[in-house]
Amino acid sequence: MISDVRLYLNRLLPQLIALCVIVAAVSLVFPGFLSLEIQNGRLYGSLVDILNRGAPVVLLAIGMTVVIATKGIDLSVGAVMAICGATAAASITSGHSLAATLLITLCVGVLCGIWNGLLVAVLDIQPIIATLVLMVAGRGIAQLITEGAILTFNDPGLIFVGSGSFAGLPMPVVIWLVFGALVAALVRRTALGMLIEAIGINRRASTLSGVLTPVLLVAAYVLSGVCAAIAGIIAAADIRGADANNAGLWLELDAILAVVVGGTSLLGGRFSIAASVLGAIIIQAINTGILLSGFPPEFNLIIKAGIIVFILVLQAPRFRTAFAFLVPARGARKPTERAAK
Amino acid sequence: MEIAKALASATILAACTFGSASAAELVVGFSQIGSESGWRAAETTLTKQQAEQRGIDLKFADAQQKQENQIKAVRSFIAQGVNAILLAPVVATGWDEVLQEAKDAEIPVVLLDRTVDSSKDLYLTAVTSDLVHEGSVAGKWLVDTTAGKPCNVVELQGTTGSSPAIDRKKGFEQALSGHDNLKIVRSQTGDFTRTKGKEVMESFLKAEDGGKNICALYAHNDDMAVGAIQAIKEAGLKPGKDILVVSIDAVPDIFQAMAAGEANATVELTPNMAGPAFDALAAFQKDGTAPPKWIQTESKLYTQADEPLKVYEEKKGLGY
Repeated sequence: MISDVRLYLNRLLPQLIALCVIVAAVSLVFPGFLSLEIQNGRLYGSLVDILNRGAPVVLLAIGMTVVIATKGIDLSVGAVMAICGATAAASITSGHSLAATLLITLCVGVLCGIWNGLLVAVLDIQPIIATLVLMVAGRGIAQLITEGAILTFNDPGLIFVGSGSFAGLPMPVVIWLVFGALVAALVRRTALGMLIEAIGINRRASTLSGVLTPVLLVAAYVLSGVCAAIAGIIAAADIRGADANNAGLWLELDAILAVVVGGTSLLGGRFSIAASVLGAIIIQAINTGILLSGFPPEFNLIIKAGIIVFILVLQAPRFRTAFAFLVPARGARKPTERAAK
Repeated sequence: MEIAKALASATILAACTFGSASAAELVVGFSQIGSESGWRAAETTLTKQQAEQRGIDLKFADAQQKQENQIKAVRSFIAQGVNAILLAPVVATGWDEVLQEAKDAEIPVVLLDRTVDSSKDLYLTAVTSDLVHEGSVAGKWLVDTTAGKPCNVVELQGTTGSSPAIDRKKGFEQALSGHDNLKIVRSQTGDFTRTKGKEVMESFLKAEDGGKNICALYAHNDDMAVGAIQAIKEAGLKPGKDILVVSIDAVPDIFQAMAAGEANATVELTPNMAGPAFDALAAFQKDGTAPPKWIQTESKLYTQADEPLKVYEEKKGLGY
């Protein structure tokens, strides 16, 4: 059991180090970064902001991890966010109850996932192309729903999802914590995770050995769709309106980046949801740090790119080999030790 | 029965002839970019309204963000022999040939909202807003309102490198120069969106002593201001009182915020570009007076004193 925990921490070590370095660096530039206080019955501070603002990318990254583990990719999540945000806003303004609105929106997310999944699993279209269809068309669909305008709403229940708080934490943070734990438990406490990895490593071999690959593939894309739906609801509830043009714009790329920063290979196979969540938090920590540091906005993307290249270099096998050579590894690091020799 | 039908069709025919006879004074083709934003949709609505008021027969073509569609539309307007063409160009370059064709056919072209990189004699005039002026109107309001009291300003810029962001920043800084009581302490991009406006404002509030150090917010568009207002409220401050809010565009939602006392002022980017264009065309058709090559639209300042709820009701139906 203890060795399990150690192995697990070892897996998350590069991400944890990167996060700590970024937090330390930002708090050097901006001393108030680490301060937390209770205001209006909720935690208030930059660290909470990171967890809160990171919610959409964290949620997308959870779904994206599972899809990438099957050797797929889901480019449509940003557009699905826009569709679902628009659906939620349209449903609540046309007088449906909060429960009905959430249910309808999640169903739309499931439908989007089924569409992607069928294209990939049944028609055997390459995932990057299959999901590109919805990525391009999705924003148009969202605009049809909102009729081109920003659809605003004032329903306190739906707004609570975006900016309410529960047990001192902002609602979006609570949602992704609970949802992430559920998904992680589902794939790791059952054989599901292993079957997904098997598909990612060799789809044909897993089919031949009796894995229901089409069903699992569709399920992976449905999960991604549901994640995007929740992220879409949060994004819309946050600004009290559905912005079909901008909601979730380019977030599919941030989600893929989060998965990569989390150390899951784009070639499929082994995956870690916790690491992807950490990856998403790292990205948001960089974003928030840049905003607090007061650099001119022209530097935003350059700084972000520089830090991310640095993190990826840290994870590169060659770098780790060199590092292991310099610092003699302990027993838990057999593969790197062997590589060093 | 037959007679009744014949009579009816004759009446309709007559009505049509008369209708077109009165409208035939001016047939104008309008090539619109598309409907990528609420403002653009409002511009389309207002152009149609203005044409109807003046009895102009407007032929409308939506280019769906594609230049080739716009060129096709202009060519078809030329083929139909319209009296004038309104063009909202999607990009600045590549218009020389089709504008020359219009000139050869002696059809005046009026550019709306954006300009082109073509020789000035290829079009009659351009009706646009002055982005720098918009920024300086917002800046001047802040200078007048603070009346010499020290004030730290935070700025939410538009998308980095876009011309509205550059020009609205420039104009605002011009208006502030020479007033040492006003200082821009933080300036970041909010990408013209509500989400980013809210996120960036949250970080401004944290960085400036929980917002106690900020006296005014200047946002390059209303959407970012609407997002920032929510961030200010969630930080336990009163937008409009603790932090003054001034922004640009005058979309309907900001008037709701002004009515609630949460925003202070907005500078209008008028969607009525067609009105001045039709006026210039009418004068040109009447006695050939050529308008100036650039007609600047008014950048009107709205404050809480301008009955924001009434303006909201007026603007709501325009398709923003």
